[in-house]
Amino acid sequence: MANLIELRNIKKIFKKDAEQELLVLDNVSFSLKEGEILAIVGRSGSGKSTLLRIIAGLSKPSAGQALYQNEPITKPVPGISLVFQDFALMPWLTVLQNVELGLEALGVPRKERRQRALKAIDTIGLDGFESAFPKELSGGMQQRVGIARALVVEPEVLLMDEPFSSLDVLTADHLRSDLLDLWSDEKKKNNGILLVSHSIEEAILLADRIVVFGSNPGHVQAIVKVEIPHPRDETSPEFRKLVDRIYTLMTTEEKIIGKGKKEIDLGYRLPDAPISQLIGLIELIAEEQETDQAVDLPKIADELMLDIDDLLSLTEVLDILHLAKEAEGDIKLTEAGLQFEKADILLRKKIFATHLLMYVPLVRHIYNILNASHNQRVSKKHILTDLEEYLSKDDAQRVLRIIIEWGRYAELFAYDDSSEELNLENPE
Amino acid sequence: MQMHIWQNNRMALPKMNLWDIFALLLTVTLFATIAYSTKQITAPYHPSQLLTIQLSEKYLPLYALRTVFRMLIALSISLLLTFTIGTLAAKNKHAERIILPLIDVLQSVPVLGFLSITITGFMLLFPGSLLGPECAAIFAILVSQVWNMILGFYQSLKTIPEDLKEAASIFKLSSWQKFWRIDVPFAMPSLIWNMMMSMSASWFFVVASEAISVNNQKILLPGIGSYIATALADKNRIAVGLSIFIMFIVILLYDQCIFRPLIFWSEKFKHEEDETERTQQKMPWLIALLNKTRLLKILGDYFDTFTYQFVNCKWLLKKKASQEITKAKIIFSQMLIYFWYVSIGMIVALCVYFLSQFIFQTVTLKEASHVLLLGVYTSIRVIILIFLCSLVWIPAGVWIGLRPHVAEKVQPIIQFLAAFPANLLFPIVIYFVITYHLNVNIWATPLMILGTQWYILFNVIAGTTTIPKDLKYATVNFHLSGWLKWRRFILPSIFPYFITGAITAAGGAWNASIVAEVLTWGKTTLMAQGLGAFITQVTTSGNLPRVALGISIMCLYVLFFNYIIWQPLYNMAAKRT
Repeated sequence: MANLIELRNIKKIFKKDAEQELLVLDNVSFSLKEGEILAIVGRSGSGKSTLLRIIAGLSKPSAGQALYQNEPITKPVPGISLVFQDFALMPWLTVLQNVELGLEALGVPRKERRQRALKAIDTIGLDGFESAFPKELSGGMQQRVGIARALVVEPEVLLMDEPFSSLDVLTADHLRSDLLDLWSDEKKKNNGILLVSHSIEEAILLADRIVVFGSNPGHVQAIVKVEIPHPRDETSPEFRKLVDRIYTLMTTEEKIIGKGKKEIDLGYRLPDAPISQLIGLIELIAEEQETDQAVDLPKIADELMLDIDDLLSLTEVLDILHLAKEAEGDIKLTEAGLQFEKADILLRKKIFATHLLMYVPLVRHIYNILNASHNQRVSKKHILTDLEEYLSKDDAQRVLRIIIEWGRYAELFAYDDSSEELNLENPE
Repeated sequence: MQMHIWQNNRMALPKMNLWDIFALLLTVTLFATIAYSTKQITAPYHPSQLLTIQLSEKYLPLYALRTVFRMLIALSISLLLTFTIGTLAAKNKHAERIILPLIDVLQSVPVLGFLSITITGFMLLFPGSLLGPECAAIFAILVSQVWNMILGFYQSLKTIPEDLKEAASIFKLSSWQKFWRIDVPFAMPSLIWNMMMSMSASWFFVVASEAISVNNQKILLPGIGSYIATALADKNRIAVGLSIFIMFIVILLYDQCIFRPLIFWSEKFKHEEDETERTQQKMPWLIALLNKTRLLKILGDYFDTFTYQFVNCKWLLKKKASQEITKAKIIFSQMLIYFWYVSIGMIVALCVYFLSQFIFQTVTLKEASHVLLLGVYTSIRVIILIFLCSLVWIPAGVWIGLRPHVAEKVQPIIQFLAAFPANLLFPIVIYFVITYHLNVNIWATPLMILGTQWYILFNVIAGTTTIPKDLKYATVNFHLSGWLKWRRFILPSIFPYFITGAITAAGGAWNASIVAEVLTWGKTTLMAQGLGAFITQVTTSGNLPRVALGISIMCLYVLFFNYIIWQPLYNMAAKRT
């Protein structure tokens, strides 16, 4: 079958300034075939959304090519439309006007525009809501408008950026199955969907093939074919097996990149992991972990109803801190992790502090600076400048925010927001 | 119930830098240039022959209409400038670099002082006709409102969510379509609100700019401001009272027929995140009335068709022939940018040279330091006034704000009071000062804040009403009371709102000092010691270099206070919320 979209060695570099560059996507190649649903899954920060924006023509690759019908994509083209994670509806336009917007831009005459828009609204099940404003609708209904708006221009390729992640579980389920129904018609026209997904189950439910993304920088780690016939049952053994397999792919990859073997460095892009969630996860694993048995990650994801990338961020941090060991879709608390779980609040803080100093170079770095400075203070700016040697501005800020939260919990250092200084003092 | 607050768009700007100094230099040079070039030529002009203001009450509505008309022309031009300059600043970073600091400085220029310079220019442009002063008056209204509108629009454009912009590109909207379908609707609520605030401030200036003395000549434009000035010169108490009454009616109509409906309408443009903040306003009676008729529907349909044709205008839809970026194009645009900065550098050099020449030729150092000293007097007045007003209006505002049903009724009234040109009320105070021989240095002072104190009250009320119910319950639960309650709960909650109100009030007070430090009743004129009085004095005698000096120094004072006091306080407040 012919390719709708073909990606050839896509590379994306974000330039921070004249000297520094940040590699976000490296050597990404795959294709979307006619009539196919392709899903992309990966950890947070693996550049999935960036890739989608390159295909949409909103952003240019630094190297390589994104082809649509064998033509390089340099700007948004009429044959490709996009469904947004947070809907991106114009709040001042009614449902009908929102759906008409794309046609208006194409210069479609008024009468035809109205007709086509009404038909699209009909198809997606929004009858009766034509004159409503987006804010009067629930999230699920808003996303239906987003889909109608994308479909009304009759695209050959529909890009979807985590379209169901802002919705509650029930609504997402319902909308997904409606999308599949709708798709069985579209399929006849050989159109394709490229979906960035936040959940492995969702990807398996919908897709014909799944592209598993690895992070730092984003790259294609594996492409998995889903050969389970529709309608797919989430509880069937073959489905569960596939879930396990993809989890394994996503976690083993980290080993190759070498966290276990290689120490992380100062510029490591620490993922978002709030203290309370880390502790909650440790307690949950301890509960599940009966006598030396590793715990299945999909099971935990299910229980916590966490997005895959959020969960993997947490397990990654536990792994870095040597509080747990993750491998092949499983996770297991280490000796220290078990000790942490049993400890009281004060001891927990102590264990956490020791591990932070031992395994997170950035914490060590800050701690050393603070001890060396004569007034035991250092400005936030100073640390940010250090971090920006390795990370983008936004990432540096984010990482420092996380580090400050950890440091405060561990009582290693304090932070004064009004002077924007880190210090060793305890508040009187 | 959430309420609007009186915003100050300038304070939310990014940190200032070297570009500010450049902007300041440019502005000051501009004054100097105008002053310099008009110094030698004094056009013979006798407006008193052209026009006299009739004190008969039957002319008054007509005069009021002229004033309103002037206002509307200025508003239309402001809107046009807002759309063009605001958009330019938001979309082009090279333009942004100079536009923002320039607006920051221009906003600090006392509008009324400015007037005396521009009026001379416009009179030269249209010799022997009233068109000159007319343009100058419109110009004064314009500069009193346009900066805040531009900044408000610019800030809206900067905060358009990324995904809306992406959606617009994905669906291939042209720039023209994007502007009307995304940019303007997104900015609409803040644009309307800013327009209303700016216009409120403008009533003051429209009244003040109609009657002005330049070159020892009294120029009177037909309007409510010159009517009251004539009434003052005639000591005609009835005419003074009558004009206050008419102005009251005008502002009431403007508020009820234009802005209440507009604000109600603009609610629908609010982004969904603001949903909780939506003002639960009652439908204005005018809209309710029109809803009952078929008129609105018919007009609405016409409006729809019109906007559709306008937004999808054929010749603006044409896409550029080639989107290709050739090497030549890149080099060309880089040269253009290079040229832009080189010319800015050259302008700086020219400004420095010209200014040094101009100042040392006409103004002695001793005089400049005297004017600086006068500025100190006026600053002391402003500081004391803000302090006293806060002492009165913070408790009053909190009292009102804690009682939602009272706040609901009181806030429109305060908004109205803020719009009412305080200078119309000056005669009452002047009458007392002169009759009872009071010290003008003290008793003229309250006039400066008469019109702008409402900003403080308005914002304190708005701030108090935003305090979450839970917090109020918590303070009751913990038995917080007395000074502790104020220190830990009430004052911190209203602080950001109070600061924004105080900034606006202080800015207004500086401006008002130009009319408030000189009191006239019949043939008697009393003058307080201050920078405002100095500017009025040199304006009347037509001493333009000194006018330029006075304005520049006032401008410096305002900027100085902004950077030393207000900006840090504002930043502190912004961080806490």
